[in-house]
Amino acid sequence: MLQIKNLEVTYGAIGALHGISLSVAAGSIVTLIGSNGAGKTTTLKTISGLLKPKAGAIGYEGKPIAGLPPHEIVKRGLSHVPEGRMIFANLTVRENLEMGAYLLRDQKIVRHELDFVFATFPRLKEREKQIAGTLSGGEQQMLAIGRALMSRPKFLMLDEPSLGLAPLLVKTIFERIVEINRERGLTILLVEQNANRALEISHSGYVLETGKITLHGDSASLRQNPRVQSAYLGG
Amino acid sequence: MTEFLQQLINGLAFGSILALIALGYTMVYGILRFINFAHGDVFMLGAFSGFYLAPKIAALLPLPSIAGGIAVLLASMAICAALGVVIERFAYRPLRHRPKLTMLITAIGVSLFLEYTGQFVFGAAPKSFPQILPVYPLARLGGLSLNSNQLIVFGVTLGLLLALRFIVLNTKIGTAMRAVSFNPEAAALMGVNTDIVISFTFALGSALAAAAGILWAVNYPAIDPLMGILPGLKAFVAAVLGGIGNLPGAALGGIIIGVTETLVSGYISSTYRDAIAFGVLILILLVKPSGLLGKKEIEKV
Repeated sequence: MLQIKNLEVTYGAIGALHGISLSVAAGSIVTLIGSNGAGKTTTLKTISGLLKPKAGAIGYEGKPIAGLPPHEIVKRGLSHVPEGRMIFANLTVRENLEMGAYLLRDQKIVRHELDFVFATFPRLKEREKQIAGTLSGGEQQMLAIGRALMSRPKFLMLDEPSLGLAPLLVKTIFERIVEINRERGLTILLVEQNANRALEISHSGYVLETGKITLHGDSASLRQNPRVQSAYLGG
Repeated sequence: MTEFLQQLINGLAFGSILALIALGYTMVYGILRFINFAHGDVFMLGAFSGFYLAPKIAALLPLPSIAGGIAVLLASMAICAALGVVIERFAYRPLRHRPKLTMLITAIGVSLFLEYTGQFVFGAAPKSFPQILPVYPLARLGGLSLNSNQLIVFGVTLGLLLALRFIVLNTKIGTAMRAVSFNPEAAALMGVNTDIVISFTFALGSALAAAAGILWAVNYPAIDPLMGILPGLKAFVAAVLGGIGNLPGAALGGIIIGVTETLVSGYISSTYRDAIAFGVLILILLVKPSGLLGKKEIEKV
């Protein structure tokens, strides 16, 4: 569904990604693990159009999308839950979700998506009229994911959804991610530092180190890999 | 007492006009975090649009009349809205990813360009603005004078404020404006074309400035190409006073500056009239740097 070939991204003179290639099959959960500064967020931001690549290609459903502006990429069915959640703290929960459905014209579909998000995260329904900035960290993460789902994506990118959350909440969030993948057939690219959990729920994974892919394979075998174990799984 | 009420009415009328200009400063700041110093000149061009449009509209509608006056007002607002979009597109957009200072200096350049192109095209001598609205003396209660033009200033300002409030709070593009002002990157990830939202913001702000220009010219009917400088600066001060980026704050700031200035020039000395706005600015920056209704910006690292 998504193919990246030799992608290079630089910040000014500093290289962030040095020719990475990866692919995500339709219907799968693929995880991208790596330490801080490895280039995980840069990869997602480049896919969603927030950053322009210096070289390389990104193909989505067989068509090139590299270098398109973000709103064009959302239109094609890719949705990005950014690092740090980036919810609109000045808008209500409801308005945040409506922003997620910004490109949908049919109000019936918007209502339907809203019901789906509220069913997935009942907490958001309780907080519907509240200003989003007053939500707890976990609720904000739910809102960020819910907001990304409102655009009816076919491909969802999640940037560190577990960051700063209590273990119990992390569990809930990961369960929801698996559920959405199974029930909606949504393809997911998951960026995580919590490699253990990410490899548990994903089908395959890539290890990113200082802008290069150093390992990839199915998640089960990555979990057994001694290098991955010592570097990312605390083994 | 009568004199005080009279000064208050005059101050409110002046303040309403400043409020309309201040809204444009604050909206653009809210979205781009930049002060559009050419905004006062858009106000001037609003008045000049009215000046050149009035004879054309007089061919269609009777002037002075309420309908004709409103037609001049709306047409000038439309012209300036388009102008605001053009200024942003060609002067500011190419610099959007440059340091903010570059854009700020460009704004000063655009301002000078409009002022002196105005002098070149319209002539530097003041022009007398045609009467587009019928004037009725409304009240003559014990020396208090209120005429229909002042009432129109209040009415038009109130109407525009309510319309703006509706657009910002209840429409899709308004929600997108608030989203972009909070976090442009996140808004882009929702599918918002930030360029369109920014253009729309400039159109809205410039239309309000044009309305202010017309209302100004109706009440003080001598217009010249440099007339936007001082009201522009005072409206900027009003926006800072209310809390830059905050819409009700800009309206409140305009009213406060307008009333204070009129009362001081009425009771103390009109020599200090122009110093008032800046005195208030210094005071506010000392006591509450974020402005009356502004929130503290929390820098996240």
